[in-house]
Amino acid sequence: MAELSNAPAPSAETLVDIYRRMIRIERNDDAIRKTIRLGRLVMPYYSARGQEVIPSTISALLNNEDTICTIYRGIHDMVAKDMPLRPLWAEIAGRVDGTCKGKGGPMHLTHPETGVMVTTGIVGSSMPIANGLAWAAKLDGSKRVSVAYFGDGASNIGAFHESLNLASVWKLPVIFVCQNNGFAEHTRYENGTSVDFIAKRAIGYGMPGHTVDGNDPLAMYAAAHEAITRAREGEGPTLLECKTFRFHGHVLGDDDKYMTKEEKAAAIEKDPLPAFKAWLIAQGHATEDSLSAMQAQIEAEVEDALEFGLASPPPSVDELRRDVFAEELPA
Amino acid sequence: MTVTKMNALQAVNAALMQAMAEDPKVIVLGEDIADREGGGVTGATRGLSTKYGDDRVKSTPISEQAIIGAAIGAALSGYKPVAEIMLMNFTAVCMDMIFNHAAKLRFMSGGQSTVPITIRTLTGAGWQTAGQHADHLEGWFAHTAGIKVVAPSSPADYKGLLLSCIQDPDPCIFIESAGTVFIPGDVPDDQPPIPLGKARIVQEGTDVTIISWSSQIIRCQQALPALAEAGISVELVDLRTVSPWDKETVLASVAKTGRAVIAHEAVRHFGPGGEIASTISEELFGQLKAPVRRLGAPYSPVPFAKVLEDAYIVSPERVVETVKALMG
Repeated sequence: MAELSNAPAPSAETLVDIYRRMIRIERNDDAIRKTIRLGRLVMPYYSARGQEVIPSTISALLNNEDTICTIYRGIHDMVAKDMPLRPLWAEIAGRVDGTCKGKGGPMHLTHPETGVMVTTGIVGSSMPIANGLAWAAKLDGSKRVSVAYFGDGASNIGAFHESLNLASVWKLPVIFVCQNNGFAEHTRYENGTSVDFIAKRAIGYGMPGHTVDGNDPLAMYAAAHEAITRAREGEGPTLLECKTFRFHGHVLGDDDKYMTKEEKAAAIEKDPLPAFKAWLIAQGHATEDSLSAMQAQIEAEVEDALEFGLASPPPSVDELRRDVFAEELPA
Repeated sequence: MTVTKMNALQAVNAALMQAMAEDPKVIVLGEDIADREGGGVTGATRGLSTKYGDDRVKSTPISEQAIIGAAIGAALSGYKPVAEIMLMNFTAVCMDMIFNHAAKLRFMSGGQSTVPITIRTLTGAGWQTAGQHADHLEGWFAHTAGIKVVAPSSPADYKGLLLSCIQDPDPCIFIESAGTVFIPGDVPDDQPPIPLGKARIVQEGTDVTIISWSSQIIRCQQALPALAEAGISVELVDLRTVSPWDKETVLASVAKTGRAVIAHEAVRHFGPGGEIASTISEELFGQLKAPVRRLGAPYSPVPFAKVLEDAYIVSPERVVETVKALMG
C-alpha cells in the first residue's frame, strides 16, 4: 500500500467500508457471470472484475446527494454507490421490478436515490452530462459533487475534451475519473492514445490531473479525497487517471487474445481483493472472522437479489407507450 | 389587450425574459449569448444576462456536446435549461447528446429521469449561407421518439410556443427559421403559452388543404391571392409542431376539402411530408378527390449561388401550380 502524504488518513472503519464495497462488487460480478453462463440470464455483460478499488474508494467519500454518471462497464460503480441489488438484478433481467422497469437494461441503469443519474452505452458521454449535474449543484449553492466515470478509450472522444474545457472554465464541482484498464475494447492503450499518461491531458485544460494506482485503496483514497474536497470547496474539477486491469475480455464471452497470458496472469496474481483483505487483517483493522461474516452477509444479499430479479415478471407491452414523454402516448 | 409589433427574434427574447422572471429554474446557455458577447449572434438573448446574472445565463465555449450535456445534467437536477445551438446544422455536432441521451433518458430510466430542455436553433435557406448553415432538419428529430419538434411561423406563435417548450417536461427542439424571423407581427403583451401539438388554421377553405409550417407558411401565404383569383378555396394549416403533429386537425380539414398538399422547406426525399401524406392516404383513402401531393426541396444540399438557392426553395409559384394541377 502507498505511503500517505499529508492527506488525512482513512479511519479503520472507512477502510473496512471500502473493502465491503469491493467484495460486494466482486460477489455480484461473480453471480452475474455465473447466471449468464448457466443460461438463466441473457444480457451483454461488461465485467469490471479487477477494477473494484476505484469506485469503492471514491464512494466511501461520497453521500447519496452526490451524483455519478457512468458507462456500460459501470455496474461496479453503482454497487459501490450502494445501489440496492434487488432492483439492479430485476433490471439486468429486463423485469418490471427493475430500476427502470426493464426498459433500460444493463447498459442504462438509473437510480437517483443513490445518486446513479445516468448510465450510458455511448463511450465518453458520461462527462458532458456530469458537468450539467455539477452546474446544478453550483446553482443550488450546495456542496454536492458530480463524478463522471469513463475508460481510457473515452479520453480520445471529443466529448472528453469539450467537457474538461467547459468544467474548467465554469469551475464546476466535477471529478473526471478515468478507469484506465489498458484496453479500449480490444485496442491496447498505446495503439490508441497519444500520451503515456491520460492525466497529462489535464494540463491542457487548466486543472489538476493525477495518475494513481487504481488498485491501491490508500493511494486512491488520498487522490479522491483531494479531488472531492477541491470540488466541494468550489475550486473546480480534477482529472483522476486510475490505473487498473480488467480480468475479463471487453464483453463476456469475447476472445481476449489481445491481452497476453502473462500480463493477465500477473494482474490476477495481484488481485486487489485478497491483498487488501490480508492488509486489513495484518493492520488489525479487521479480523478474518469479521470479514468472513461480512462476505457471507453480502453473498446472501446477492443470492436474494438474483432470485428476486429472475422471479420478477416482464413488463407489460403497454410500457412502450409510457415514458416516451411525461404524458402517455395514445394506444 | 395591449399588442406590440415585433419580429420573431424579439418575440423569442420576450418569451425568455418572461420565462426567466416567472421561474427561477429557467436557465439559458449557448455560444455568445451573454451581453458581454453581444447577447447572441441574432440578439435573441440580449439583456438576459444583465437582468438575470451570469449564473443563469451562461455563455459557453464553442462546444456543442458540452452545451447539450450541461443542459441535460442540469435538467436532471430540476432545472429548465434553454440551450442555443447557433445554427441547426451544428446540432450534428451534438446529436449524440440529443438523440441518445436527451430524447431517451426518460424511457430508458423507466420514467425516473426527466429532461425538460429546450434547444433553440436557427436555420433556413434564403441567406446564401449554403450547405452547412441552412438545412431544415426537423425530419431527423421527428424520427426520434422522445423529442418534440416545434417550428413556428409568426411572432406571436414564436412567443407562445417557446413559453410552452420551456415549461414542457420533455426535450423540445425549437426551430427558428430565416424566412420568418424578421417579419413583424402583433404579439399580445400577455401572450399565453400555445399548446404543443396543436395546428393553427391560417385560412379556411373548401377545395384543397395546404399543410405547411415554418418559413414555408410565408411562401404559401404569398400563393393565396393567386389561388383565390383562380377561384380555388384554400384551407391553409400551419402545423406549428412537427412532432407530435396534429393529425386531428389535418384529417378533419382534408376530409372536408378532399385534397391535400404538404409543403415544407426540408428536402422532400424521406421528409416529414411523406409521413403526413401517407397518414392522409391511409385514413382518408375513399374520400380523396386527388392523390396527396408533397412539395419540398430537391435532393441536394442547400446551394450558395442565388439562382440555385431560389430554385431550391419551394416558391409561391410552385405552390400555385401544384394546387391548380390538383384541381384538374
